Amino acid sequence: MKRAWRLLLRRSLTSIPVLMLVITGTFLLLENASGDAADAYLVAIGGGDAGYVADLRAEYGLDRSVWVRLWFYISNLAQLDLGQSVALNRPILDVILERLPVTLWLMGSAVALSFVFGSLLGVLAGARPGSATDRTLSIGSLALYSVPSFWLGLVLSVVFAVQLRWFPVSGIETIASGKTGLARAGDIALHLVLPVASLAMLYLALFLRLMRAGMAEVWRQDFVLAARARGIKHHKIILQHIARNALLPLITMLGLQAAGMLGGSVVIEGVFGIPGFGRLAAEAVSGRDAPLLMGVILTSSILVILVNLAVDMVYALLDPRVGASDPA
Amino acid sequence: MSALVSLEGLSVRYPRSTTPALEAVTMSVAQGEKLAIIGESGSGKSTLARALVDLLPRGSRCDGTITWQGGSPAPGRDYGYVFQDPGSSFDPILSIGAQMVEVLQTHFPLTRHDARVRAAALLARVQIPAPELALDAYPHQFSGGQKQRIAIAIAIATGPKLLIADEPTSALDTVVQAEIVALLQELVESDAMTLLFITHDIALASGLADRIAVFRNARLVEIGTANEIITAPRRSYTRGLVAAHLDLTTPVLIGDVP
Amino acid sequence: MNFVARFIRSPEGIAGLVLLSLLAAAALLAPVFFPGDPLAIEGRPLLRPFEHPGLPLGTDRLGRDVMAELFHGARASMIVGISAAAVAILVGALVGTLAGFGGGLIDEALMRVVEAFQIVPGFLLALAFVSVVGPSLTVVVIAIALGSWTGPARLARAEVLSIRERDFVAAARVIGMHPLEIAVKEVLPLALPPVMALTSVIVAGAVLTEAALSFLGLGDPNIVTWGSMIAEGRNVLRSAAYLSIVPGLGLVALVLGVYLFGEGLVEALARREGQG
Ligand SMILES: Nc1ncnc2c1ncn2[C@@H]1O[C@H](COP(=O)(O)OP(=O)(O)O)[C@@H](O)[C@H]1O
Ligand SMILES: [Mg+2]
Repeated sequence: MKRAWRLLLRRSLTSIPVLMLVITGTFLLLENASGDAADAYLVAIGGGDAGYVADLRAEYGLDRSVWVRLWFYISNLAQLDLGQSVALNRPILDVILERLPVTLWLMGSAVALSFVFGSLLGVLAGARPGSATDRTLSIGSLALYSVPSFWLGLVLSVVFAVQLRWFPVSGIETIASGKTGLARAGDIALHLVLPVASLAMLYLALFLRLMRAGMAEVWRQDFVLAARARGIKHHKIILQHIARNALLPLITMLGLQAAGMLGGSVVIEGVFGIPGFGRLAAEAVSGRDAPLLMGVILTSSILVILVNLAVDMVYALLDPRVGASDPA
Repeated sequence: MSALVSLEGLSVRYPRSTTPALEAVTMSVAQGEKLAIIGESGSGKSTLARALVDLLPRGSRCDGTITWQGGSPAPGRDYGYVFQDPGSSFDPILSIGAQMVEVLQTHFPLTRHDARVRAAALLARVQIPAPELALDAYPHQFSGGQKQRIAIAIAIATGPKLLIADEPTSALDTVVQAEIVALLQELVESDAMTLLFITHDIALASGLADRIAVFRNARLVEIGTANEIITAPRRSYTRGLVAAHLDLTTPVLIGDVP
Repeated sequence: MNFVARFIRSPEGIAGLVLLSLLAAAALLAPVFFPGDPLAIEGRPLLRPFEHPGLPLGTDRLGRDVMAELFHGARASMIVGISAAAVAILVGALVGTLAGFGGGLIDEALMRVVEAFQIVPGFLLALAFVSVVGPSLTVVVIAIALGSWTGPARLARAEVLSIRERDFVAAARVIGMHPLEIAVKEVLPLALPPVMALTSVIVAGAVLTEAALSFLGLGDPNIVTWGSMIAEGRNVLRSAAYLSIVPGLGLVALVLGVYLFGEGLVEALARREGQG
């Protein structure tokens, strides 16, 4: 446990300069947006006179140099102030915190489902490398992995929402349904089925392939032969030893995929009209709302860092060799 | 002396391999003897051991007959197997205790607690210091020699009648080698086990074994008592082996290992 | 047995090769079969497939020839996929080589930059970049490469760290070659092949990212892409779902072809090692 905490501390310290780089880089990129926040705001409210524009620019700090503004941004950030959304005219942090839970639910369920079913199918495929089951699952997962998730979302909604009417077409809950408590949770879950399925398929394929490849790798290791020679039952060798060892790369992959999943939520939330964090990014782009986009990118980077810290911890708990060489 | 197992015309071919790894081997292992298998690397020694106890990779072809006294042995119960590389004979992410308990519970109806007590006793028997603590440690926390001791403890956990040790000391340094050999010898004698000891070191073989079988290029060259093989080898290959060793170390071979 | 023969023995590789050849032929022949602008209006809107002899797959909501759009879309997807992967691998290999060969502070600084790019979701970065610079084919290529050069960079660095200890590098130092020259001329060419193994994954990822960008309306508005066709078809999803489904199948075929082809290559390489 001590090992894991030490690792956690070291990783969090090294991620600070990286985060600073992200802030600076994103700030400079969005700085170059044609038309600034004042323009966007003017468009939003329908124009204004020159004096008003100057005031507005001063208010946003747009009359100062880039570096001064970056400094302002960072010092505001230190007080958890992400600035004001131009398009929505609300504090960015509020908007993000409001939109984030839906997306976390969406991604959390997709990851949980795909991890469980992907690794189980991977065990099935990896239990007998080269068997018919193995080859079928392997080709099938590759095909599934080639499907764009947003397109899969559309196809699923055509079939299950438009044709069969099993699930709602879009949104996160039935508007003005007046449902509360469990009924409301059920309603939201129903709305999440198709988007979760479209996201989960991709990751299911990924985890299946990783698990299968990992198991094939572990099969070749000598300790498997040693376990056979000790009389350990075949199914126990597969589940307790091979699958367990093969699970480790999957945990790492969870961290590596965190960024990709957040990116993927943009299109999926667009397809299913879910008012989440990903949709917020698309709204920031279409509303030319640079501060909001900046806030979204920053928040997702922090999320990615947090997910990776969690993944490192879990990995350290599962693999006793990690961080073992550190001075105690 | 009755034969524990006898082989007749045993040939083995690994999957996707064009040449046999073992060809027409006929020999037997006597009940209670210490038999050394010697031969250079690739001569088929490990293949022989794996074929005997049915541990060849899936898809290998095995011709000839293997006759066990009392039917084919159950892995882990009727024989214990010690591998060359102690580093890779453990699951790297499970504690030593968990792996020992798993083996013990596979073969005996024991509670987890009782299995742990028995595991600690086994570790004490192979002279691992602080056995209780060692149970909670992981394989990478032990030295090569200690790992091999633990592997031996697991191999003898069920009190098997046969112990197979496939070059158990080749991956270790000389001092540790001697300790491990002494430990094996002591255990085999006190538990009256049959020992199949594989090595490429003729001196080690002659010091430890009652009989020696010499292998070369997948074939059995000759088999005889340790004394016969060392003092009166019948085949020129064996004579060469013995002579090469005599050139290097002058003292007598028999009895020069503790 | 030579490489081609080994490749041919892999069923995955063959399937990938066939898929890719068909799609490449479609992409190359698009201007021949459909010389006009695929965005031009060719007939009545929403003609059903097989309804009109000149328009085998019918028309979309604006009366554009779906078949022509599909062919030209293959072109866009392949161009973006290949160019983005080429940029990502070259930039990545270069940065990785500099980091690995430079060592010390250079390495430290460059690797922090790599990490920074890794924690920003690539798709958001592409979104931001395109929205700032404005959508065009080149910008989309760069935007996608921004999110995919870190893998090659890390791999190249690892390779270089092992290569730089070899004798010929020391020899090059002794004869007075400039370190930068050694890095680019001597080390980079050796570090590149293992990095190239990432190609199929990066190409596939680039194709999918491009599709997602144009699905969101951030692709080059002057060319047809499969992503924009899917987005366009969405407007008539209830009455003419195939307008979205068909270009998606094109994407699946292309990405699958790339993966299968990549698997075939890996298998052929592994077989050589296995026999050696
Ligand atoms: N798993 C395997 N697959 C194919 N060939 C093998 C395998 N294991 C061993 N061999 C081959 O079989 C022959 C005998 O090997 P082995 O019994 O391990 O020799 P030894 O133990 O005497 O060093 C060698 O030529 C070796 O290359
Ligand atoms: Mg051997």
